[in-house]
This record gives sequence, C-alpha cells and structure tokens, in this order.
Amino acid sequence: MLLGHSYYPVNIIVCVKQVPSTETTPRPRPEPPFIDTGGLTWVVNPFDEYAIEEAIRIKERRGRGEITVVSFGPTLAREVLLGALAMGADKALHILGETHLGIDSYAIAFLLAQAIKGRPFDIILCGKEAVDDQNGAVGIELAELLNIPHVPVITKLEIDATGMATANRQIEGGTEILECPLPALFTCQKGLNLPRYPSLPGIMRAKKKPYEIVSATDLSPQKISKSEVRVSVKDLSFLPSRKAGRKLQASAAEMVEELMKFLHEETKII
Amino acid sequence: MGEILVFLEQREGQLKQSSFEAMGAGRRLAEKVGSTSGGLNAILIGNNIKNLAETVSRYGAQKVLLADHPSLQKYNNRLYTHILAREAQKRETIAVLFSATAMGRDMAPRLAARLGGPLLTECISLNIADGFLEATRLVYAGRLVATVKSTVSKFQVATLRPNIFTPAQPVSRGVLQYAPAEVEILDVSTVPTEPFTVLKDIIYTTGVGARCNVPLPDIAEARVVVAGGRGMGGAEYFKILEELADLLGGVVGASRAAVDAGWKPQDLQVGLTGKTIAPELYIACGISGSAQHLAGIITARHIVAINKDPEAPIFSVADLGLVGDLFEIVPELIKRLRTAGNRK
Ligand SMILES: Cc1cc2nc3c(=O)[nH]c(=O)nc-3n(C[C@H](O)[C@H](O)[C@H](O)COP(=O)(O)OP(=O)(O)OC[C@H]3O[C@@H](n4cnc5c(N)ncnc54)[C@H](O)[C@@H]3O)c2cc1C
Ligand SMILES: Nc1ncnc2c1ncn2[C@@H]1O[C@H](COP(=O)(O)O)[C@@H](O)[C@H]1O
Repeated sequence: MLLGHSYYPVNIIVCVKQVPSTETTPRPRPEPPFIDTGGLTWVVNPFDEYAIEEAIRIKERRGRGEITVVSFGPTLAREVLLGALAMGADKALHILGETHLGIDSYAIAFLLAQAIKGRPFDIILCGKEAVDDQNGAVGIELAELLNIPHVPVITKLEIDATGMATANRQIEGGTEILECPLPALFTCQKGLNLPRYPSLPGIMRAKKKPYEIVSATDLSPQKISKSEVRVSVKDLSFLPSRKAGRKLQASAAEMVEELMKFLHEETKII
Repeated sequence: MGEILVFLEQREGQLKQSSFEAMGAGRRLAEKVGSTSGGLNAILIGNNIKNLAETVSRYGAQKVLLADHPSLQKYNNRLYTHILAREAQKRETIAVLFSATAMGRDMAPRLAARLGGPLLTECISLNIADGFLEATRLVYAGRLVATVKSTVSKFQVATLRPNIFTPAQPVSRGVLQYAPAEVEILDVSTVPTEPFTVLKDIIYTTGVGARCNVPLPDIAEARVVVAGGRGMGGAEYFKILEELADLLGGVVGASRAAVDAGWKPQDLQVGLTGKTIAPELYIACGISGSAQHLAGIITARHIVAINKDPEAPIFSVADLGLVGDLFEIVPELIKRLRTAGNRK
C-alpha cells in the first residue's frame, strides 16, 4: 500500500453509532430491547464526532482522500450518517439491523469487519466508547478482526508522507506517544479536536452523496442473534439513586466544623 | 474446567494497586468454581520484575506466570496480547481478568476478539455460575445498571472498574492451602519481533503540567479527588484546591466547563467525556452536577459538594453539602486541616 515516498492515505473509514442523547434518560423495560425508546432524542455518539472531524482534517491536510462513514443500526441511524456527510464525509455505508444492548461488542465488531473487509482503507477511526453501552471495545475488537494495529483513546494524530502515524494516547498520569504504520485504527477521545457544525450547503449536499445500504443478515446470515453474540443482557434498571445526605447552610466556620467531623468519622480520611 | 487468570499490571516496576483488586475478584471466582478447576493463576509481564513475582506469590494464586524480557520493558499491545493469548489457550482458561486501566482497556478487547471470547467491560460486580461470568456494569451515561451474562464459558474476558472490588490480602504463612504461589517462568522466544506499534515516549506530567519521571496518581486511581468547576472562575484560583488536595493526600480534578475554559488539562476532566472515578472521597467545588458530570462520580464512596446555589443538582447526590461561597469555605477548611495536622 506504500507508494514510494509520496504515500497519501486516501481511504478513511469512520465508524459512527447513533445513541440516545445524554440529556435524556432512557427508561428501562423488562424485555429486549430493555429500554423504552419512545421519547428519546437520538444523536451521534459524542466520541464519534471527534472521529468524523479528525477524518475531515486528515483529508484537508492531505488535499485528497475519501471518507466513508459506516454505521450499524436501524433505519433511524440514517440521521447520524447524513450528519457525518453534512460535516464533510464523502459516502455512507449503512449496515441495516436492530442494535441495542442485547448485541455485544464482539457481534458489532464482527459485522463491521465483514462490511469493511474487501474495501480499501488506510485509516479507521472510531470513538473511544459509545455512551449507551459504554464498552469502549468495538474499535479495538475491529482492529483485531482486521489484523491491523490500533492506538486507543487518542488526543493527537499525525500522519507523515511515508504512511507512518504518530498518536498521543492518554494513560494514567501521562501520555504515551506511539508510532505505527498504516493501515491502522484509532479510537478518538475528547481533546483531539473541536468538531465543526455542518454548514447549510453541507447539509444540502449530504443528501446527494452516495449512500449504500447492506443488511446485517446478509453480512452474517442467521448468525447475528446466535453464535456471534457472546454477551447477553439479563436485566437493566435504574441505578439505585444515591441518597442526598445532609445539606448545611450556615457560616463557613460552622459548616467546616461539620465537614471536619464528616471527614474524620465517615470517610476516615483524616 | 480451566483456570481463572488475572493480569497484574506494572509500569516502571511498580505494581498497580488495582491489580490487587482484580486478584481479589479472581480469588472469589476461583473459590466459587471450586476444586475441580485449575484454580487461580496470575500473570506478570515486563522486564526485570522477578521481585514483583515474589511479592504477588503471597496473594492467593496457585501460580504466578512471569514473562520477563528486555523486549517487554514497556507495555506493547501486540507483544503482551500475544503472551496472554498463548497462555490462555495453553491452559484452557475460562476467564481472564484485568483492571479497567488504560492498559487493561487496551488489551482486553484485543484478547477477547483474538480468542473469540465474550468481553464484559468495566464491571462493578462479578460472579460466575456454571462457568459463565455474570456482571453488573453501568450503561447509558452511568444512569442505568445492566446485568450482563456471558454466553460462552471459554476465554471470557472481563475488566473491573478500579476502586470498586476488595483487594486481595497477602496470605499468611500458616494457612496451608494458600502456600506461596509457584513462579513459572514463561518462554518468550516466540514473542513476535515486530511490534505493531512502537512506543516513542511516555510523558508523565504533574497536575500542573510539569514533566516527571514516574507516573503520579491519576484522578482515576486517587483515594481523594478535589475537583473544581466553572465556579472556580479562573485557572489561578485552582491553587486553593491543590493545597486542599495535598492536605488530604489527593489530587485535583475538573469539570468539563473548567477544562474547556482552558483552566485544567483534559486528563483531569471528570465525567462522561473525561474519566470515571471511584475515590473514597470526592469534593466538588463550584460544580453544578450535570448528568454528564455525575456519570463520572456516581461510584465514589463519599461525595461532598460546595456550591453557593442551594438548588444545584450536585446536592442530590452529595453525602454532605455545604451551601456557600467556596472561596470562604475552602480556605477555612485548609486552615482547620493545618491546625489539626500540627496538633498531631
Ligand atoms: C455529550 C456531553 C458530554 C459531557 N461530558 C462532561 C464531562 O465529562 N464532565 C463534565 O463535567 N461535564 C460534561 N458535560 C458538560 C455538562 O453538561 C455541564 O455543562 C458541565 O458539567 C458544567 O460544568 P460546571 O458544573 O463546572 O459548570 P456550571 O454548570 O456552570 O456550574 C457552576 C457552579 O458553580 C457554582 N458557583 C459559582 N461560583 C461559586 C462560588 N464562588 N462558590 C460556590 N459555588 C459557586 C454555581 O452555583 C454553579 O452551580 C458534557 C456535556 C455533553 C453534552
Ligand atoms: N453500531 C455501530 N455502528 C458503527 N460503529 C459502532 C457501532 N457500535 C460501536 N461503534 C464504534 O465503536 C466505538 C466504541 O463503541 P463501544 O465499544 O460500543 O463503546 C464507537 O464510538 C463507534 O465508533
């Protein structure tokens, strides 16, 4: 895939997921899909916005390239794909199928890998995690299934002319600086960039961009609900809410007196 | 039935505290599986870390598997995963446990996908029944709790949220069934010579941005986190929080509003798009307590809120709320802690 010294990554794939907005709280239900989907606002997974933005910036810096956004989800997921096209992605691939917590990270990664295999790619960008299932796993599992390197939770990405990527990755108390050859997969974290808003002409153009639909069952005939699923959901419920404790409204000195007691007696910190 | 394998994480020859939590969880699982199993083994990967293997041999594992080689000095996803996958396959491991640290979160999905096993991430409780792992974990921005179950009883992989599980304690010499673990030296000659990724540098920074040689406690690992929000009003005012954190043996964190204003770096952000933390004590200063912020602190053991708005949502989760100006309360608290400290 290296073209001598003038290597240009040309094909970027961005995996995006549609999730309930974190401003709304899904209500649990006893059976699959385990949440009451009525009344929810759906948005693109916040971390995937960093991925879309980064793809556009790589393309802008290189002056060429093609960005394909891929999403596995129901008909409704079209919205997030159109949103990505409006921001500046070139084409969309919609893997049509029901997705909810009952489908685990392996099954999703498996489907994405099936859809991506055989298509040209140099860079794959994912979000750090989906804010609904909060697995932080699909991207990394996808990299493994495609047998390519990955760097997770990146806050900086540079691609040089020879097709070598340098990425900063957050670890406890610091940052790792890692180098890897393309093709490679990166999962994106806040701090990587500031995602743009789609422009009005962008939104108009999005509707005319190539939009391919494949069905999840075609990618994984009768398997998706069975052997590819390794984790099932037994129950989903509201987190037992923390009880509000004591609320003090007094002079600073009096409140701090109470706080000192609390720190000593209840937290044993002092 | 096969064994439970716990990955013990070290950086720069320092064992992670949360690895002992994974050991503790592993031990409870192994006990549940019973004597028919291969029991509990732990694995250590690095360079020049024989001493660590000795240390951990008293924490209840039957064996400590040790991969010790200069090429393993620094964490590398490909090399480490290779060793883990090989050992898991050789030993018919039923479950591999990681702490959900940067390293564990990086390796667990890769390992699970390679072995075709189920992956349970960020567990806050973990159980085993008939060989199948069952866990609870937070979902939907930390607002719901899901009970998830693995459907395959081989090569299951789980990551455990730090600061939640009770750490394993060293077993005293007297207890017969917990004789110190045998240390098994692993063959590293077949480890791939081509790492996928090359680590160029690790920059460890202090909370104030200066570079240092060893990792300092991260907000995700600290026992005490003192965080500031928009109510701090500027980067320079975080000084009082640093002073307070120092006195309590903790570190400083920040809300997204404070990070986005440029007052604190991204790696100190607490919340959904920052870090999820479970410290013994969390003190929120000038933070309103948005849903996305609460997503990061809901598993904290104790929450103290200081906010001048009595209606601030943070008070609904605080064990102790102080309604008032943080610029009066925090300095007063610092003063009191100082006098208390001097008296000791
Ligand atoms: C997708 C998404 C992800 C997000 N992720 C995160 C995240 O990870 N972390 C996060 O924190 N937020 C996150 N947010 C943002 C979140 O919604 C809030 O905007 C943010 O948490 C507000 O920060 P704050 O509490 O510091 O500021 P504010 O909401 O402005 O609150 C400031 C508080 O300070 C108090 N105050 C002011 N002066 C004083 C004083 N002198 N003494 C005492 N109290 C004072 C005020 O009463 C007020 O309650 C996210 C939002 C979205 C949409
Ligand atoms: N259904 C999906 N379609 C496309 N990409 C997905 C899907 N689910 C997860 N991803 C990608 O994988 C990342 C991590 O998701 P998760 O492992 O579910 O937390 C997301 O940020 C997306 O980039």
